[in-house]
Amino acid sequence: MSSAKSAATATASSAHSVVEPSPTSKRVAGAIVILYALITLVPLVWIFLTSIKSPPDSISYPPKILFTPSLEGYCNLFTTRTRQTPDYIAALPPPSGVCDAVTRERNMVIAGASNFLPRFANSLIIAFGSTFLAVSLGTLAAYGFSRFKVPLADDLLFFILSTRMMPPIAVAIPIYLMYRQLGLSDTALGMMLLYTAVNVSLAVWLLKGFIDEIPREYEEAAMIDGYTRLQAFFKVVLPQATTGIAATAIFCLIFAWNEYAFASLLTSGSAQTAPPFIPTIIGEGGQDWPAVAAGTTIFLVPILVFTILLRKQLLRGITFGAVRK
Amino acid sequence: MTASHDTFSEKMADAAIRATPEPLAVRVRGLSDRAIAWLFIAPTIVLLLAINIFPLFWAIYLSFTNFRANRPNAVVQNVGLGNYSRILNDPDIWASMQTTAHFVFWTIVLQTLIGFALAYLIDRKFRGHAFWTTLILIPMMLSPAVVGNFWRFLYEPQIGLFAYAVSFVSGIPTSDIQMLGNVHLAPWAIIIVDTWMWTPYVMLICLAGLRSIPDYIYEAAEVDRASPWRQFWSITVPMALPFIMLAVLFRGIENFKMFDMVNLLTGGGPGSTTEVASIALKRDAFEAWATGRSSAFAIVLFVAVFGLANIYVKALNKVKQR
Repeated sequence: MSSAKSAATATASSAHSVVEPSPTSKRVAGAIVILYALITLVPLVWIFLTSIKSPPDSISYPPKILFTPSLEGYCNLFTTRTRQTPDYIAALPPPSGVCDAVTRERNMVIAGASNFLPRFANSLIIAFGSTFLAVSLGTLAAYGFSRFKVPLADDLLFFILSTRMMPPIAVAIPIYLMYRQLGLSDTALGMMLLYTAVNVSLAVWLLKGFIDEIPREYEEAAMIDGYTRLQAFFKVVLPQATTGIAATAIFCLIFAWNEYAFASLLTSGSAQTAPPFIPTIIGEGGQDWPAVAAGTTIFLVPILVFTILLRKQLLRGITFGAVRK
Repeated sequence: MTASHDTFSEKMADAAIRATPEPLAVRVRGLSDRAIAWLFIAPTIVLLLAINIFPLFWAIYLSFTNFRANRPNAVVQNVGLGNYSRILNDPDIWASMQTTAHFVFWTIVLQTLIGFALAYLIDRKFRGHAFWTTLILIPMMLSPAVVGNFWRFLYEPQIGLFAYAVSFVSGIPTSDIQMLGNVHLAPWAIIIVDTWMWTPYVMLICLAGLRSIPDYIYEAAEVDRASPWRQFWSITVPMALPFIMLAVLFRGIENFKMFDMVNLLTGGGPGSTTEVASIALKRDAFEAWATGRSSAFAIVLFVAVFGLANIYVKALNKVKQR
């Protein structure tokens, strides 16, 4: 490219360049951005470090950067414990695992499993169930809006988007009453339907963008070859839209996974998801921060992976398809 | 890969056709485009009507009554516009609106400035910029509730990393850095967390704006010997403006609705210094159980978001057309 050449001459002659920034400005820009990135990641690194600290290390002053790693946070996350006398513990058979041993050092024994796994499972079921529904409905509707002259299409699309503008607490009041009548309070099905309704607006808007990009000629050719419209949709359009559908699904999944407002108001027991549960993890004398950090770490890792997978589609997803590259 | 897609979608199509009863199948084959369009769109519309619109109308109805969800058997009376006049004359509600406005204003200012600056720097395309951009994006994908909850720990005055770091740099004793306990600092505590989470969002949209500016415009400006300062203010900023405004719109709507992070970080406290509208609404609806009154508040909030967003979108379209 000519820009590389002009950059070379620019450094030789004048300070500022045409299109390609000068090496110095690149270096300064890089240094500032990297500094910002490192600072912004500190809280996340701290979550992980806290998860492998022992409770006394986690609340020491000044905050400890060097410490002996401990699995106590993870053990406490998955178990409930009761305090026992040292004599009682000395009389027990040797500990059967790491968690057993760690717990006994605190003069406690494991009493049973905590609620973390069931809550985590709820999060998985509700997130995947609602994503599947939202993407299925969204794909159909997006195809409808993309390919056919729908009367009032713009108004309908805006209506679909506007449902997303309502404050969740405002929606939660009547939903709470409606679910109480229908017996959907604190059920996974109720949460799935609710998250589907929230996510379907995102799915329609994103997928309409993706399907708009698939040339109509593909289906038209297939239909000339004797396919019906439905067959053309399933055999031609869907395979072409796979990337878009996958990206949309991940966005829906992340929303449902992260959602807290509805979950905290509409679930309390059997259908509670992880976000309202994690803040309630307490130990003796207050919040058990290593256990909270352990739960947070386990909860965040899937999102971390998805973010890296999605980085090319991210812009589109967060702007409801308004900005594409 | 493609082969497996084909067979899968083929099976789906066949299944869809086989699942339809015989007389209908004939019609399905010949189903008009119009029918298919409605068949495809209707489920989404029905779901939204059931889960969003029906409850909205129910809330509108409740907003004219004195209904209390914790006393479902009490006689429900029509109170007319009573709830609305109480909401609009309630100083606590106005205080929560002011808290929300303060929060929305400062988060948008900080996120726009930092986000745009970062995007501008990343657009210098230094070595490894793609990698560092991805790292910067991580916070915005995480759960505001779960991460906001952890910030409570970072903000602890005695043991928290934030107070320690600020004290280390500034020399102020950590006992004076009561981010969540001090009425002057708590509003900034939530602004800091929100800015930490969402600056990448603004940055990403601004970056798209900067990359949409064609090189030849800068080349022409260079020929005209426009200074870099001049180029920045007459080319870069105006051309990226629609993108910046879009980011502001999305952040504005989201933060107007803000609930999760603030609820876990401060719960509206200390006192009611961080009681943003959604927190006040939750207290009224799910703690005081004044369902009728809180429904009126919810409707007022919804109309406010919707109205402001509409006005803003009109302004945005004007900027775009320029």
